[in-house]
Amino acid sequence: MADVKKIATRESYGRTLAQLGAENERVVVLDADLAESTKTCVFQAQFPERHFDCGIAEGNMASIAAGLAAAGMIPYFSSFAMFAAGRAYEQIRNSIGYPHLNVKICASHAGISVGEDGATHQCVEDIALMRNIPGMVIVNPADDTEASQAVRAIADWNGPVYMRLGRLAVPVINDPETYHFEIGKAVTLREGKDVTIIATGLMVARAMEAADQLEQQGISVRLINMHTIKPIDKEAIVKAAQETGRIVTAEEHSVIGGLYSAVCETLLETDNGSCKVRPVAVMDQFGQSGPAEELLTLYGLTAENIVAKAKEVLA
Amino acid sequence: MDKNTVKELQRKANQVRQSVIEEVYSAKSGHPGGSLSISDTLTYLYHVEMRVDPANPHWEERDRLVLSKGHTCPALYAVLAQKGFFDAEELKKFRHTGAMLQGHPDMKGTPGVDMSTGSLGQGISAAVGMAVAGKVKHAGWRVFTILGDGELEEGQVWEAAMFAAHHKLDNLIAVVDNNNLQIDGKVSDVCSVYPIDEKFRAFGWEVFTADAHDFESLEKAFQAAKAVEGKPSVILQHSVKGKGVSYMEDQAGWHGKAPNEQQYEQAMAELKAAAAELEV
Repeated sequence: MADVKKIATRESYGRTLAQLGAENERVVVLDADLAESTKTCVFQAQFPERHFDCGIAEGNMASIAAGLAAAGMIPYFSSFAMFAAGRAYEQIRNSIGYPHLNVKICASHAGISVGEDGATHQCVEDIALMRNIPGMVIVNPADDTEASQAVRAIADWNGPVYMRLGRLAVPVINDPETYHFEIGKAVTLREGKDVTIIATGLMVARAMEAADQLEQQGISVRLINMHTIKPIDKEAIVKAAQETGRIVTAEEHSVIGGLYSAVCETLLETDNGSCKVRPVAVMDQFGQSGPAEELLTLYGLTAENIVAKAKEVLA
Repeated sequence: MDKNTVKELQRKANQVRQSVIEEVYSAKSGHPGGSLSISDTLTYLYHVEMRVDPANPHWEERDRLVLSKGHTCPALYAVLAQKGFFDAEELKKFRHTGAMLQGHPDMKGTPGVDMSTGSLGQGISAAVGMAVAGKVKHAGWRVFTILGDGELEEGQVWEAAMFAAHHKLDNLIAVVDNNNLQIDGKVSDVCSVYPIDEKFRAFGWEVFTADAHDFESLEKAFQAAKAVEGKPSVILQHSVKGKGVSYMEDQAGWHGKAPNEQQYEQAMAELKAAAAELEV
């Protein structure tokens, strides 16, 4: 995919947030000394009176966001996934989740693709943490097109949202002219009957490569972009199980509590437990330092590993 | 404040204290000590200071109160019922399964509760957020928040304090309920938060003190705090945990415990006697 344009979803976030700021006066942005990294600096430059740098104090920032939402604003809370979902977990749960306040937690630098900063900054547990909070919506965009639309869609959604954004530039796979993002509605990128790959976030582009490779070997692949992890599109999962009988999930997240878990839970509760499922995920490990692409390969978050898992379920 | 107003507020606060005891007794659990130490302050705020509309609890222009020490909600519920935000009958079902009045404040379920609190340290930040919203909207409303002194041990309180001063939130008034008791004993013994006044001053706040059980003293402090421009204010109120019930006064053991039947009878008898004295 060398010829494909690559943009980090945090860039999409920063750009769209500034546009949203011009359209909606209720939008305010909170950051924790990371405005350059999370890209809220774009909004900050245009709307300094609605951008609040809370300093390095994410717990406080989460509860401030709650207060802003309780007073009718639409706060976008930005930090790294580790310090949003991780550090501020209990504030998000109690100050935002419990009262179901209209806060948009937009966490960049999710997953091991953070790269050189290493394990302390590579959050692969955020989806698991956020999924446990009743009423929390979780969106994990795959590319620039999806992230840009999602930034707007979550503003129109009344309630707490966790959106996962990446540091790494990733291929733009959706055409902005034709793509339409809808919370909770998975996108079928390719129809197929032998096996279904359900991917999320930056793994969607890799799953597209895997699907190409499998098709070349005569295997018919259905590819689903599961951009919303909660509420998950159960219909798409059940249909895939019924029609293909085999599923491979692909996520840049721990195998515990993320997409794989959500898919398996859906299958078991809908009597589709006979469907074979294999995960491509971070296998209950911490990350480490290294260039992002090398780490993704090291941890098996590759098209090749998706192909291997597809062969396992096809065997 | 004239004598009649003081007396009227004392009557209302006495009623609040009776409700606190009844709520906690009915629930067989809850936090009477800290509720009794803030009963006068809440009475003063809702009956004198705050602009609220019980018929329209979400009125945009209202003043807001965040009970950061959320466990002392029996007193808040009593005052809200007094104001007519909901039927006083609800007080009897405090902490019961399916009841409106939860063990800690729930803004979704209880009219008049401006923020869900209970996890210490978070309420003041939420109050800060509301004050920021007021500034962004150029709104005239104020935000009040009440913290426990033990709560000051939570680091988040100081994160919020730093932010509030940095952003010159003069529409925010915090109250620290300084009864010097927390669950494990005296605040000064468990993990001292003193000197509280100097800490807040160092964080850029204007500091006032008040006697938490003297309405004239409370009025003076709140009037002074409201006049401050360009920074947030904190009122350090010296209070007695368990105030008004002899055996609960200044006892850490009554932080989170319900009275038994005999203790309930005694508490109510004492409070009713105090109420009768106000009528003389």
